[in-house]
Amino acid sequence: MTPDPVAPALRHAGLNLRHASREEAEQVESDVFGFWVFLMSDAVVFATLFALFGTSLEATAGAPDLRAVVKLGPAFIETMLLLTSSFTFGMASIEFSRVHRLTRRHQRLAVRWLLVTWVLGTAFLGMEVNDFVTMAHNGATADRSFFLSAFTVLVGTHGLHVLTGVIWLPLMLLQLAGLGLDRPLKVNLIRLSLFWHFLDIVWIAIFSVVYLQGALR
Amino acid sequence: MTSPRLERNETLSLVLGYGLALLLTLVAFGLVVFHVLTGRQAFYTVLGLGLAQMLVHFRFFLHIDLKRSARADLQLILFSTLVIALMVGGTLVVLFNLHGRMM
Repeated sequence: MTPDPVAPALRHAGLNLRHASREEAEQVESDVFGFWVFLMSDAVVFATLFALFGTSLEATAGAPDLRAVVKLGPAFIETMLLLTSSFTFGMASIEFSRVHRLTRRHQRLAVRWLLVTWVLGTAFLGMEVNDFVTMAHNGATADRSFFLSAFTVLVGTHGLHVLTGVIWLPLMLLQLAGLGLDRPLKVNLIRLSLFWHFLDIVWIAIFSVVYLQGALR
Repeated sequence: MTSPRLERNETLSLVLGYGLALLLTLVAFGLVVFHVLTGRQAFYTVLGLGLAQMLVHFRFFLHIDLKRSARADLQLILFSTLVIALMVGGTLVVLFNLHGRMM
């Protein structure tokens, strides 16, 4: 078996570490694994919020219930925005992994994909804020019932995570413009890509459990 | 440098993942919007489709697979899934049971 300096999972996670030494590659792998540990503990937080949401469904205290709160149209567009942004981030990662010191073409393409990703993420957030404003307009605010509190906390926590990503991404672009694609930045880009894809997975759970179930009730 | 063929494969795999995810999303929303299924059947089908889409995302976007080099990540994810299943399942069972007794 020929020794491969970088594990396939990392190679596909998208950054060009092929010329890195074995020690460097192992350091990157352990850094990225640490971020996985964070993501999974975050997944546990979301899971408890889902459990809270599940137990709150009947506790509407006369305020609007899930069926009244859920709007399937905006939820579908939000789903498409986030799914597509996950795809465009994947394209950015692939372009970053092809960056070569002789040509800037791949890096330019990667930055362009990241900008598209940022626009999609921001559009998602805008729609979500609009949803909450519409809800407040119809008297469905978090203080009305246990159910509305649980709904707001679950969807809101995901929204805050997306907001973190939307702030984090331009910071990475600034760092790229200022300092170039050095190793710490590569590792941070891997972390950001994992974070972004992870949030899309959480959103799958949200649209399956919250929005589609709400429309079914 | 990687060969052009490998580079094309990376993109193809991403596009395939995106296509599968789109398909699963559309089917899930379609089932609900067009009332293809109702009640419990619809509930479990939508959950199943969501679970399948999560697997697609893990495989094609996060590159978690059964190869030896991804094992540490995979084990971490599986263990977290176990913790999540126990916490969510346990919470729901206990609280719905309590709810039933209070009625």
